[in-house]
Parts: sequence; structure tokens; C-alpha cells
Amino acid sequence: MNPSSAESAKRGISFIVNGEAKKVLAHPMERLLDVLRNNLGLTGAKEGCGEGECGSCAVLLDDMLVNSCLIPIAQANGASVVTIEGMSAHSLMKPLQESFLECGGAQCGICTPGMILAAAHLLDKKLDPTLADIREGLAGNLCRCTGYMQIFEAVAKAARRRVTQ
Amino acid sequence: MTVRHIIGASVPRKEGWDKVTGAARYVDDMALPGMLHGATVRSTIARGKIKQIHFGPGVDWNEYVVVSAKDIPGKNCIALILDDQPCLASEFVNHPEEPILLLAHPDRPKLRKAVEAVSIEYDSLPALHTIEESERQSTIIWGRDNTFKNFLVEKGDVDAIWKKAAHIVEGEYFTGAQEQLYIENNGVIAAFDPKNGVTVWGSLQCPYYVHKALITLFALPEEKVRVVQMETGGAFGGKEEYPSMIAGHAALLAMKSGRPVKIVYDRMEDMAATTKRHPSRTRHRTAVSKDGRILGGEIEFTIDGGAYATLSSVVLSRGTIHAGGAYYWPNVRIRTKAVATNAPPHGAFRGFGAPQSLFAMERHMDRIAQVVGISPVEVRRRNFLKSGQTTTTEQTIKENIDLDRLLKRALELSDYAAKKKRFAEKNKAGTNRKGIGIAAFLHGAGFTGSGERYLNSLVGAEAGADGIVRVLVSSAEFGQGTNTVLCQIAAEALGLPYENVSIAQPDTSVVPNSGPTVASRTAMIVGKLVQSAARGIKETLTKTGLLHEDYSPEQFRAACKEYIATHGALKSYARYEAPPDVFWDDEKYRGEAYAAFAWAVYVAEVTVDLTTYSVTVDDFVALQEVGRVLHPVLAEGQITGGVAQAIGFALYENVVWQDGRMMNNQMTNYIMPASMDLPPIRVFFEENGNVHGAHGAKGIGELPMDGPAPAILNAVEDATGVRFCSIPLLPEDLFEALRPEFNEQAVPSSVRGIA
Repeated sequence: MNPSSAESAKRGISFIVNGEAKKVLAHPMERLLDVLRNNLGLTGAKEGCGEGECGSCAVLLDDMLVNSCLIPIAQANGASVVTIEGMSAHSLMKPLQESFLECGGAQCGICTPGMILAAAHLLDKKLDPTLADIREGLAGNLCRCTGYMQIFEAVAKAARRRVTQ
Repeated sequence: MTVRHIIGASVPRKEGWDKVTGAARYVDDMALPGMLHGATVRSTIARGKIKQIHFGPGVDWNEYVVVSAKDIPGKNCIALILDDQPCLASEFVNHPEEPILLLAHPDRPKLRKAVEAVSIEYDSLPALHTIEESERQSTIIWGRDNTFKNFLVEKGDVDAIWKKAAHIVEGEYFTGAQEQLYIENNGVIAAFDPKNGVTVWGSLQCPYYVHKALITLFALPEEKVRVVQMETGGAFGGKEEYPSMIAGHAALLAMKSGRPVKIVYDRMEDMAATTKRHPSRTRHRTAVSKDGRILGGEIEFTIDGGAYATLSSVVLSRGTIHAGGAYYWPNVRIRTKAVATNAPPHGAFRGFGAPQSLFAMERHMDRIAQVVGISPVEVRRRNFLKSGQTTTTEQTIKENIDLDRLLKRALELSDYAAKKKRFAEKNKAGTNRKGIGIAAFLHGAGFTGSGERYLNSLVGAEAGADGIVRVLVSSAEFGQGTNTVLCQIAAEALGLPYENVSIAQPDTSVVPNSGPTVASRTAMIVGKLVQSAARGIKETLTKTGLLHEDYSPEQFRAACKEYIATHGALKSYARYEAPPDVFWDDEKYRGEAYAAFAWAVYVAEVTVDLTTYSVTVDDFVALQEVGRVLHPVLAEGQITGGVAQAIGFALYENVVWQDGRMMNNQMTNYIMPASMDLPPIRVFFEENGNVHGAHGAKGIGELPMDGPAPAILNAVEDATGVRFCSIPLLPEDLFEALRPEFNEQAVPSSVRGIA
């Protein structure tokens, strides 16, 4: 494919990112992860495996938790995407971030944005999750540092905090 | 006002807020103007002579910057210990995935196609893929005898004890390769300009290792190489020596193109091409008295180093010193070697040889117990090292240790006795078998033997006119808590709030060489130096009369401001001084191997499912004595994380090799523990002081990697009665040993994992 045909294969994609309308020119099969990171400068979503195993690129796509390395940008056309950067206004973020800090839920931090999004997604669905719920809710997010125990603790603590707030 | 209790308090992680908001900057989050992307063309065979390189059609090669070994201005090697590993292969390749050419292009997706379009013709040569093949020396692939390094430790008279033994117990144990699997792949950005030389930003543990390697590769003076550590998304040893390679590659492309170059591996390249834990084989032959006391023995420990020497000699050293475990050996001969095979070099990984030799020791203790006819608890109790006794290297244990008490507490915490009894009863029926196993072990903190003397680490502290003290170290944060713990130590030493201390980003143009961030040395050894450097600031201010005892942070700030206005920068440095009572003989491998050991007893409870042949760890108790716990939450996180990684090492993480190449180089088919796979990991500490460390701290990071694998296999044997001696222990292995038609036959003495 020569450069001119490569350019002509690009399509205009319109979507909402963190509450703002965005328009990008991209190949339909470009990964949502790359568009977020390279075109929009949103580097909170990380590439860990590139095949949907590790969850460090997790974002919310129309309120669904997805691995952005598996989403072709064409699929995001017309959708609403929320990344870790766009979560600051979410009522769960403060309790989650504080609990992660207090409990040791973040070590190297590379899985943390995805982990916190997965936790927020879980707490949106379950008011008072059990340990089994938390384990299941985070099953798509790999962490190599913590052995997960302190992450479970952080999520449980954030849930309790929300109830008492 | 004096601020107290910073040490021992779980203060917030220094860089924590950036991490939980997604603002933390890792190397792939950074871009420089005009930056190109780099990629690596690698060997596809295990060993051979490069005949010809073809640049295939369909690619406009004028768009690409191409670098080969001929472009290297200095020495074509990754300077480390023996300097035998080329940065780019020029004539011969010695393992699959060996770098041969480098390509750069502004458009990252276009690189993949270009890499595929390069084809290389080889005359292939015979290759070696296992320890046994390497030992047979049917072909010589390294040095004179395929051996990177040997050690011999001799204590007492082993040859005289065999005839006194009531039992001679033999065993052979194997551990497989393990991928570090940090979630952030290896990556760097390099820039070059003729005036300032090379600058590299990267994901790395040891800025000064990379610095040294680049000086050699580019033949530049040290001030013309600058290495900056970015936020690093996990390392575990996997970013100890390898970053020197990828940094060299990016810098060569940057030099040739005149533009900054980023190389970030994808997961498949990272897993296939970078280092892993050394596979090992350990043989024990032990003379034991009638009542189960070790009279002496021979231990043979061999590791597979891969194609180049890299760090194998040091990994072997730690494995050698830990081979006798936490036990008293009146007589022992430990023969060890690191051998060459045609796989990518194996390298640093948390534990660094000790998890391998301790796996063997702790499985072997259960074997000794069976032969003698005593319990696994009793055999350990009768052989534990005690204060005043000597280790295998004849280091006298000066610390006040009580392993008996540690064991007793671990048994209580895990409800060991009651469970053991209950499981034995339950296992008579049903399709599940339950078991419980223990491991007792030690881990030496800091560099081995004379290592810390050679490192000669230097640490700085600098106070600003704002009264904020900045810690200056090359010790890197990659999740373990370096930033936080070193700031705690400095704050405590200065009597300042934790918030008034910060830490510099590791940048070789700013921070002194405090040594590599490895070997569980940071809190203990670097921490002690941070304490001295911080005290130096205070002393300077008090000696000049600007500060008096019992000062407030405001008074401290005013004093700093006045000092700086009058004298200029307020800095203080502290250099490592070897404790006077630490003696090590490198020739005889005898003496004080480590300034301090951490001690632990772990208990694992497992279920073996006789339908699926899977092993589940149901409960895990990790009790350790690590000196003073400086930060309880971080310390616990080190233990839970290490135990999880070691559960993976024991039960899940299987590197499938074919002709020296990793075949399952994806997260889809190389399985690490996920949130559903782990038991509750229950962490407990005993705190015993340590005279050498800051505030009595000892090393902690590697210890939890040592014990879980043998504890789990001991539990599996307790559950099934089958003596597995090899990890990873996979369902296939259990199936082979336990399926009904096999029950009639004798189970082989060692059931090896699938290669």
C-alpha cells in the first residue's frame, strides 16, 4: 500500500471521549487503544499484551468494560468512551483512588488505571460486593506485583466508604 | 516540633497519586519531536554462521534507517561481567531471537512488514538445548567446556561421614524457566547529538548498568552518556541487565538517523527475546543419623545460563550459598556450575538462583523425613541453624534467631496439626485429595560476599531553600516502594515530616551511583546510606550554628535558606563502608556471605482434583522475620506479590521450548495467576533487629519467591503420596502419575515436567 492509498483508506470517526465530542481520521481497523494514546494523547490506558488478556488497556465503551487493544476504532464510531483520565468526576473515583493508596493496591502502577476502571465498573453494578464478586470482577485484569490481596482490600474498602458517605 | 513514627508507619506512596489517576509517565507515554520508531531483526535459528542478508522486495528501503554491527562506534558487546554478549550479531548467532539488524521508521506499523521482509541465510551449526546436552560436550558452544562458572564450597570432611550415616538420602530436583512478566514490556527512547552524546530514557532497574554499557558501546566518556529512568511498570529482575541491550539498540539508531528513536517491544517479542529465570537441576546426597540429623552431604547445583555469560555467575553464586537452606551442616560439599545452551541468555529474576536451590533443599527435607520415619516438622526442627552455628560457607550466625519458634508460630497460624489429621481422614474417599506442606528457608540481603565492597555505593541528599530535602540515589522505583521507604528514612533522620522529603528521578546526570536496584539491598544498604546523608545535612546546619536541636520544619527551612544564601548548595553524601566484622574469601567461597539473612516459614494447603488433575492452593501462610518492618503495607505487598509469583512458578508458568525458542510467548498460553487463581495469602512478620540496616531493616523483596514452590509440592505429596520433584507441576504431570492404570505401578522417582 503506497502512502496515498494508505491515507485514502482512513475514515472520519466521531465519538465522545470523556464527555467531549471528538473527530479523528483513522483506519477503521486501527485499535481504539492507539487512537486514544497517539491521536488524543490519553496515555492512561496501557498496552500490556495486545491480545485482551491483561486488561491494562481497559476503558469503558458505552458503559461496558472493554479491552481497547481489541476494539477497532470503527466500532467506537458514535459511541461514548471513558478512560481513566475522564473518571475524575465519577463519584466512585475518590473512594477508589484513596483506598488503592491506603491499602497498597498500586505498586508499579501499570495495571492500575485498568484495575480501577474494572473496580468502578463492578461497584456501579454491585453496591456491596462480596470477596467472590470482587475476584470475579477483576478477573480480566492481571497484576504481577501485588498478588491481588491488597487490591481486593482496596475495592472492598471503597465500597464501604461509598455506603458510609 | 519533632515528627516521630515515620518509620513503621504506612505513609502514602510517593508517586501513588500519579499512579491511581493514570498521570504517571512510563516510557511509551513519552514522545519527542521528530521521533522514529525502532525494530529489531532477529535470528530464526539457534546457532549458525550468518551467510547473507537480503532486503526483500515490496519495501521502500530508502525510507528506513538500517543499523548493523558495523555501525557500532565502540566495542560490540553489552558490558556487564565478561562482556561476551554482542549488541548485534555480526558473524555468528548463538541463540534464536538474537539481534542482528536494527530498523527505524517514523511510522511504527510499517516496521513489522519491513522486519518480515529481511531474510537471513545461515550455515547452521549443532546446538545444545538442555543442561545434560551441554554437559555431554558433543559440541562446544562456549569457552573450553560449555561452562560459564563453577563454585566449590567445602566445609568439614564429607568423605568421612558416609560410613557413620544411618541413612543416605538421595534426590534429584528440577525447576523450569520462568518469565518475569512485568505488565509493562521493555522499552526505551534514545537521543544522540555529537556534542552531548547519548541520552536514554527507559524502563529499567539499574541506570548505571545501562550507563556503563553505553560508554563501552559508543566509546564515549562517562559525561557524554546520560540515562534516565522513567516510571517502570514492573521489573522483578527482568529489567536489571536487559535494558542495556535495548538502550544500545535505540541509541545506535538515534546516532545513525540523527533523530530520537523509541523502541518498545510488544509482548511476543518481549517474552521470546528477553531474559527468564535460569532452569536448574539439583542433586542431593545426604548422610543422616538415625534420629534424622544431617551429618553432612553433597549438593550438586547446575543452572542453564543460555547462550552468553551475562549474570549467570552471580545467579549461580546466590544459588550456591542458599543451597544448604536454613539448616546446620557439620560437613558439606557444594559443587555448582552454570552451563551454556543455545537459548536466549537467562537472567535476573527475583530470588536470583535461591528459589531454585531452595526448592531442592526443601523438597529434600521432606524426603529425609520419610526415610528416617519422622514428620516434616520434626526433621526441620532437628536441623535448624541456631545462633552461634555456622552456615555452609562457615559464616557464624550472630543474629539472635529462633527458627523453632518461627516454625511453631507458622504451624499455629495455619492450624497445621489439626488440618493434617483431618485431611488424612478425608482423603480416604472422594475425588479430591487435600494436603498441607511447609517450607523453612532464608534469604541473604545485599550483594553476595565482597559484592557490596566492589559496588562502593554513593548516596546524596540535597536541601533546597524551601526546606525540602531531596534524596539523590540511582535506586529505582518499580513498584516495590523505593521512593517511599527512602523518603521515610530521610525524614526520620532529619526529624521532618514525610511530606518535606522528596526523591530525585534517577538520572545519571543528577544522582550518584547508589548501585543497582537488585538483591533486596535497597531498604537495608541504600537506606542506611540515605540515613547518613540526611544526617549530614542536619550536622552541616547545626555546626554552622544555623540550627539547634529540637527544630521545627519552619526553623529548618529558614536555616536551609540562610545556608544556601551564604554558602551555596547544601548537599551531603554518604559512601558505603563495609562492616568491620564482615569477611569473605572469594577463592575458597568461605566467610560472611551476607550482612544479614531474612528467615521464613511458609505453609501451603492444597486440593488435588482427581477429575481434572489440577492443584488449587486453598490457604497460604507466610511468616517471616525481616528485621524491622519500615512500612507495613508495602512490606505486606512485597510478600503477597512474591508468593503469587512463586505459586505461578510452582503450578502454572511453563515455558515451552523448541530448539531454544520459547513457543508460548503470549499471555494467552503462558499462564500467570489471575485474581481467581490465588488463595488468601496471609502475611505475618516477626521483627528482630539487624545492626547493619537502616532502623534494623533487612532485605525483603526476594524472600517470598523462595518458599512457596517447595511448600506447595510438599503439600501435593501429602495429598497424593506421589513424590513430584520438578516444577512447574502441571495437570499433565499429575495425570501421568495418578491416572488409575498407573496406580498399580511404581511411580518414577522423579516425574519431570514436559519440556
